[in-house]
Amino acid sequence: MTLKIISHGLSTSIQDLGRPGYFHLGIPIGGAMDRFSLRVANMLVGNPEDAACLEVVFLGPKIEFTKSAIVAVAGAELPVRVDGELRETWSSFEVKAGQVLSFDFLKAGARAYIAISGGIDTPPALGSRSTYPIGALGGLDGRNIQAGDELPVGTSSMGKTGLNIHEELRRLPTTPARLRVLPGLYWHRITEESGNGFFDDEWQVAPEADRMGYRFKGGRPLEFVDREQPFGAGADPSNIVDGCYCYGSIQVPGGKEPIVLHRDAVSGGGYFTLGAIISADMDFIGQLQPHTPVKFEKVNMAGANAARGERKQLLEKIRKELG
Amino acid sequence: MKTRYTHGGDEHIYVEIDDEMSLDAFFKSLSMSNAVRDAKIDGVTEICPANASFQVRFDPDVIAPEEMMRQIKNLETQAETAEKRMNTRIVEIPVLYQDPWTHETVMRFRERHQDPSGTDLDYAARINGFDSVEEFITAHHSQPWFVSMVGFVAGLPFLYQLVEREKQLQVPKYLSPRTDTPKLTVGYGGCFSCIYSVRGAGGYQMFGITPMPIYDPEQTISYLEDFMVFFRPGDIVKWKPIKRAEYDEIVAAVEAGTYQPRIAEVEFDLENFNADMAGTNAKLLEALNDA
Repeated sequence: MTLKIISHGLSTSIQDLGRPGYFHLGIPIGGAMDRFSLRVANMLVGNPEDAACLEVVFLGPKIEFTKSAIVAVAGAELPVRVDGELRETWSSFEVKAGQVLSFDFLKAGARAYIAISGGIDTPPALGSRSTYPIGALGGLDGRNIQAGDELPVGTSSMGKTGLNIHEELRRLPTTPARLRVLPGLYWHRITEESGNGFFDDEWQVAPEADRMGYRFKGGRPLEFVDREQPFGAGADPSNIVDGCYCYGSIQVPGGKEPIVLHRDAVSGGGYFTLGAIISADMDFIGQLQPHTPVKFEKVNMAGANAARGERKQLLEKIRKELG
Repeated sequence: MKTRYTHGGDEHIYVEIDDEMSLDAFFKSLSMSNAVRDAKIDGVTEICPANASFQVRFDPDVIAPEEMMRQIKNLETQAETAEKRMNTRIVEIPVLYQDPWTHETVMRFRERHQDPSGTDLDYAARINGFDSVEEFITAHHSQPWFVSMVGFVAGLPFLYQLVEREKQLQVPKYLSPRTDTPKLTVGYGGCFSCIYSVRGAGGYQMFGITPMPIYDPEQTISYLEDFMVFFRPGDIVKWKPIKRAEYDEIVAAVEAGTYQPRIAEVEFDLENFNADMAGTNAKLLEALNDA
């Protein structure tokens, strides 16, 4: 069966859990910005958790189904309709052959995941269907979806309708959003006072926020520890000899606006990084709209591990409930 | 050189071999990242060597970050005693310097540049003490380069010139990055040259363009059929200055599927190179000429 894309929304892309293993060549892992929501959406329709879904940013697409399927929408609060009739998000429902899936305006969060029983079945590239437009990889012809596209869907045994994720098991960021940071990498390049200021200040998500990275503004500029710049690094105190960047790492070009690299990260470059967002909080970043207030919170490795454990337990609990 | 180990969040270990660039730091980082790969540590998902550092990504559910750190540190001694010699290849990359496409982009983003009155090449030649752009271009292509890192975006090589430090060309990056760079631009930032594998944002100064694609996700280009990325760390590059007519010929040959890059297998030994740079480079270029 295929999905006929009547309108594509703002930026809708095919994503799964990504393609690890090629970052050393500059090809990032990609995949859902909010992996938790993609996994849950897949569970609701009876797919493997890593099946390819549609990642919708801010504005939903309009899709006609050529065959009946079970559908679930998780992540951002984006009210969903079937032939104009409202359906619950974070729950499984049927869309029959000939019916049209559409969306109202976004109420909360930034990215919704549409899972369809059988999963989107475009050809994988380097082991994943995730779309990486910069490298023209994955998705449909290496690009986001467009009106007029027909997306193949895999075959599946029909899942159950009426499954639902209880509100307390859903996850969206709070306001202000709390993003936990493990200081490290080139943390030593900034003064102690500046480091404290980074955590004390309230920041906002800047308009430049996409799959590659999220930029933040509103906090005080960082002060650097004086040094003679090492050979090959470049003259600005925020420059280093080009090295690798971690997913979640926080670079601050010129000491001004922090940028957190996300799933479509550039794999390296010449800016210092002061640490990284812990893995447990990466999903939240994908749900932040521009202008959302954000506080960075300092944690140690024990705190990062505990947070990761909590996320794992939450997913385990959902698996059991849907079991 | 003093190695510095640090955590990058809970999923990465970052190892800085040296805070300044040198081939010694590059070789040690490559040896260590190879040692990590050969150790086949459970839970490791990505190993990324860079110019003078490397990064390991792992699954903390399989191996704890502290344990991962301990195992990587244990590999340092082994890497220090490893031979600084590699079997690699030298590749000739044709370059049309001062081409119309990067020139158009140079002019379009002039307000983001240190010297809006001239071109990137005018500026680079002047701050490196050359009397003319032509002399600067000669310095850029006369001696070979070493691919010390692949990354940033899909398959982009960073190249480090195989000359004494005092002869290395250095230029700053744009004051503010451009939102556009033509595909296959030959760029320059810090002490590194690069080839932009795809069109997109960039902060390096722009000197020219190569007609030879280095990334092909479709894998239809003859020499990229086996893998979509051309470069790997340790490749040696010789820029070959070409004129517009030859540029057009190569573009047509690539499209026709008949273009084959000139490549020779060579051995690179860091100690021999450090002892006699001119002699080592002459041998490398000889191997290329014979190919």
